[in-house]
Amino acid sequence: MKILVIEDDREAAQYLAKGLRESGHTVDLAGDGEEGYELAQAGNYDVLVVDRMLPKRDGLSVVMELRDNADPTPVLILSALGEVDDRVKGLRAGGDDYLAKPYAFSELVARVEALGRRRGTTEVETVLKVGDLELDRLAHRVQRGGTTIPVQPREFRLLEYLMRHAGQVVTRTMLLENVWDYHFDPQTNVIDVHMSRLRSKIDKGFATPLLHTVRGAGYMIREDEA
Amino acid sequence: MLKLLKSTAFRLSLIYLAVFAVFAGLLIAYLSWNTWVIFSRQLVDTIDAEVQGLAEQYRIGGVLRLIQVIDQRTGNPSSSLYLLEDPQGNRLTGNVASVPEDIWTAEDVSPVKYQRFNESAASRHEALVMVFKLPGGFRLLVGRDIEERRRLQDIVWRATLLAVVLMVVLGVGGGYYVSRRILARIDAVSATSREIMAGDLSQRMAQSGSDDEFDRLAGSLNTMLDRIERLMHGMKEVSDNIAHDLKTPLTRLRGRVEAALRAEPTEEGYREALETTIEESDRLIAVFNGLLMIARAEAGASGASFGGVELSDVARDVAELYEPVAEEAGMTLTVDAPATAIVHGNRELIGQAIANLVDNALKYGRLAETTEGGALTVTVRVVNDHAEIAVADHGPGIPAASRPKVVERFARLEESRSAPGAGLGLALVAAVARLHGGELRLEDNAPGLRAVLSLPVGAANGTAVQAAK
Repeated sequence: MKILVIEDDREAAQYLAKGLRESGHTVDLAGDGEEGYELAQAGNYDVLVVDRMLPKRDGLSVVMELRDNADPTPVLILSALGEVDDRVKGLRAGGDDYLAKPYAFSELVARVEALGRRRGTTEVETVLKVGDLELDRLAHRVQRGGTTIPVQPREFRLLEYLMRHAGQVVTRTMLLENVWDYHFDPQTNVIDVHMSRLRSKIDKGFATPLLHTVRGAGYMIREDEA
Repeated sequence: MLKLLKSTAFRLSLIYLAVFAVFAGLLIAYLSWNTWVIFSRQLVDTIDAEVQGLAEQYRIGGVLRLIQVIDQRTGNPSSSLYLLEDPQGNRLTGNVASVPEDIWTAEDVSPVKYQRFNESAASRHEALVMVFKLPGGFRLLVGRDIEERRRLQDIVWRATLLAVVLMVVLGVGGGYYVSRRILARIDAVSATSREIMAGDLSQRMAQSGSDDEFDRLAGSLNTMLDRIERLMHGMKEVSDNIAHDLKTPLTRLRGRVEAALRAEPTEEGYREALETTIEESDRLIAVFNGLLMIARAEAGASGASFGGVELSDVARDVAELYEPVAEEAGMTLTVDAPATAIVHGNRELIGQAIANLVDNALKYGRLAETTEGGALTVTVRVVNDHAEIAVADHGPGIPAASRPKVVERFARLEESRSAPGAGLGLALVAAVARLHGGELRLEDNAPGLRAVLSLPVGAANGTAVQAAK
């Protein structure tokens, strides 16, 4: 993916770019709002990572102007302001996701990749498939190898989110945000417990596990190539 | 005195006084002018009638009869004036000594200065007179002394003057008194605010207890000061807490890194040191976020993210989120939320508050080794105008004496030092409750703890609640 990082802290930007390049992406850097806006307009990027407070021009206004020009490039807003109000403002300005500083690099990569992927698949498929696992969104049915697996409504949404991001790392906070619609830190390992329940339903008794734990990052659902 | 002249109240009363004086002056002028006109018309009518009467006498008995009647009339003292002259200008009869010659040519009722008998030539009196020419060259002058009218005019003038003087004296005095009173109260408020600005935040505006505008102003200022004082206190508390509770783990973190650097340089050793460093800093970040969140909640949110929140839904969501954790810990978590309870608030913050309560109940509610020790319940009830979310456990509970303490930041009871956590959970719940105009109550669940988050139904902004419906 081609990613533009607009961040004024040089060290943080370099470290971000290095990490993203190691994950196989092309990265451009911009040090202030003006430069960032110019590049974003011209560069045809897959994802923009925009810091909220920038010299010359603040990040939210850059995003707003891009959206006014009908630029649909997904934007991840980075900010030291992580309160509920700030998040709401960031998303209202046209951001697609909001990440509060300080963040774990794995969290950022997972979110950037989720945003980049979303761009490709605008139309939502009714049946999601990963290996022999099938999720029918209309019939609200989950099947693996032809056998129907009974799931709770929340488990269904959890599985749906994972399958829509099949092959991508999904972090615990992304799950909490997208499946439960809460942004706080639940302190306890609530998500892990939900995941282990889900895992016991879809992987137990099958030869190949689909739901994988990515150490230090989160979870991923994928067909095992090995 | 200069200050008094500058005071708004005094200037206002002066303006009122001026307006009132002009109005009163106009009224008096109109009245006296009218009186003057009526009085004059009456005089003219009287003179006219008398002339008619005398003319009638003349027609009946000629000049002789006229002289007789005039003599008779002038016998009694009155303000009527008569003068009858022959064609040569000799006075035949009358009570007027002399009049200016040019009056005889006047056509209508005219004012004149005349001289009375047995008075010096210098003394003149004013009168209104009418001249009537008789056949044969005789001429008759009939009039009326108008001293009376003049006296009336004088009385009116003097009364007006007195009224104006009284009005000015009373107006200025009243204005002075009122502005002195208002000034005194405003001065008291200014003096108190100066003391507060100088640093004494415990000062409060004095209230007279009359519940007038000034009392209400002082009351609002005092409420504002209470809030400021609480915020200042909270800020000081936060900085104290940061000093203590963030510096300790930072020192530990630094020590660990130093130790790793001093130790035998192996990749494994470094990796382990770095991993613990990340873990430790994540914990620090979590504490920091918690503190910021509490501070923001206490400072009062902008309200931008406030809306109608259905508490039963939030309670069910949170319980559903924690239910597997409870099960794993060998506990049960049941929700009893039949009612619809909508409050005006922030769903995220309320959700986090309930999550904190449930989290606490999961951590501390199972310490008692009883059979029913593992049963947690979340209930939502509407009591009067408050919606109450209660999270109850059957654990060891919190002794009544320690309850106020556990709500403070970083407060951790000795009994629970070993359990994980930074001691910010309940402090955040309390801050969220205050932000929504509600409260957090810790009650005895006999045995166990019952934490009640009580929020006013549809508070702060009724329209938002209606919009949510």
